[in-house]
Amino acid sequence: MSLADWEVVIGLETHAQLNTRSKIFSGAATAFGAEPNAQACAVDIALPGVLPVLNRGAVERAIRFGLAVGGRIAPRSVFARKNYFYPDLPKGYQISQYELPVVAGGSLTIRVGEADKTIRLTRAHLEEDAGKSLHEDFHGKTGIDLNRAGTPLLEIVSEPDLRSAAEAVAYAKALHSLVRWIDICDGNMQEGSFRCDANVSVRPRGSDRLGTRCEIKNLNSFRFLERAIEFEVRRQVDILEDGGAIVQETRLYDPERDETRSMRTKEEAHDYRYFPDPDLLPLEISPAWIEQVRSEMPELPQAMRGRFQSEYGLSAYDAATLTASLETARYFQEAVAAAGKDNAKLCANWIMGDLAARLNREDKDIGAAPVTPRQLAGLAKRIADGTLSSKLAKEVFEALWSGAGTDADAIIEARGLKQISDTGALESIIDQVIAANAKSVEEFRAGKEKAFNALVGQAMKATKGKANPQQVNELLRRKLGA
Amino acid sequence: MSLTLDQVRRIARLARIEISTTEAEATRDQLNGIFRFIEQMQAVDTTGVEPMAHAQDVAQRLRPDQVTEQDQREAFQAIAPDVEAGLYLVPKVIE
Repeated sequence: MSLADWEVVIGLETHAQLNTRSKIFSGAATAFGAEPNAQACAVDIALPGVLPVLNRGAVERAIRFGLAVGGRIAPRSVFARKNYFYPDLPKGYQISQYELPVVAGGSLTIRVGEADKTIRLTRAHLEEDAGKSLHEDFHGKTGIDLNRAGTPLLEIVSEPDLRSAAEAVAYAKALHSLVRWIDICDGNMQEGSFRCDANVSVRPRGSDRLGTRCEIKNLNSFRFLERAIEFEVRRQVDILEDGGAIVQETRLYDPERDETRSMRTKEEAHDYRYFPDPDLLPLEISPAWIEQVRSEMPELPQAMRGRFQSEYGLSAYDAATLTASLETARYFQEAVAAAGKDNAKLCANWIMGDLAARLNREDKDIGAAPVTPRQLAGLAKRIADGTLSSKLAKEVFEALWSGAGTDADAIIEARGLKQISDTGALESIIDQVIAANAKSVEEFRAGKEKAFNALVGQAMKATKGKANPQQVNELLRRKLGA
Repeated sequence: MSLTLDQVRRIARLARIEISTTEAEATRDQLNGIFRFIEQMQAVDTTGVEPMAHAQDVAQRLRPDQVTEQDQREAFQAIAPDVEAGLYLVPKVIE
């Protein structure tokens, strides 16, 4: 048997840190990068006698997510205690949701190659994050920073619908884009605001029974997610092909060695001894609240993709690329608003082409692009009306990028970049070129097409690139009687 | 339903409570006494009664998303057994 004889089955559990100002059950700040324990209040460090009070902002973000994925928002959900011992969990339990999560079901559409695939979601529930343990040497002790304790998380669980590492990455990227799109999570993976656990198993192709799975924890980049799954699949296939059995366990991905290794034998689910938290009453979400949140939702990427195709005549690929992030979609929409609907395709091409390449080269986000959507629109207009050739347009774009001018028209004016469209002026230049290049003219008449190109080149050179190449072509052919 | 001695030891371990055999036996008998009460309660017909998540039949009150807590690290750490560089120090945790 080979790798191709096995089917990979993956489900992802994603923790999205909700971008509230305060914690889920206390009024302490959630800002990143504070001094250790400066944002850990009496509730977060579990002093005796404190009580949790639920943050309305965290619930509202969960509702927003539920609506965005078409899930069911529970009219009544319950918080539960998940019990385990670890020093960065001062209460001895994590407040989470178990039997009645705030969101059930829903789905997310991902793009796999040329096709769309729908990934079902199991649930999304609210919970609190734990603190951080620092194992560097503090005289043989472990240091505990509880600033992160109590930070609101939305744990989003997918069904085991993913069939490859590439699909898992496509799903994680779509989810990452969505949580930022609806503004519930900043998506900063380096700071741990968005992290994935992958449940991976393999089974012989054609089998409908799930294999024993392993859970790979805390994958905080798309690249690590992909490589960890690829490694884990090979590891499991090797064991099974050697006649072995997979042990259900939690594994950790080590990016330096590019391998996963066993973390601990996972305590069985019932060892967490979940039970409803007596400190918290059931959470009730009224239909009126859901409708209010719905009315404030932005247009979702899926809907926007459809609209870009029908309204602007963009291809499915272009529409998908432009809606990959809210920033890109906003940029495009602002550019089109300024350039006009007829120039939408032109704007799209520039955003996905020159602008994307330049941003990529300088490792910048589109939100920080030195060329504003309005400036790009100004440029597109001058391309559309024939003022700029594509070569001159690139020069104007560079000038806008480096801040050499405030808008395309000012740069065109200041640098005299206007394309020569005056036929009379162009004709006299072409006459000079014909007179000065008798040899090329001779060769062309003898049937050498290459010589014609040389003449076009000479004419372009004489106009410093400002002539419309197509016009030069036509005039030259006419004058040479071709 | 009644608990075995091993089950009691396991629960104690999960709760990180050290108990002697005598204590484990006493705890088992006490817990089994509680289970007998539960058995009586389970005999009640609850058909059509929705399970409760809380003893009070009211809903959670929510607070606005506002930062209301100031930094009191110094006061909290004054009563901690061991601190350094703003961190609480605990016996080394090894996975």
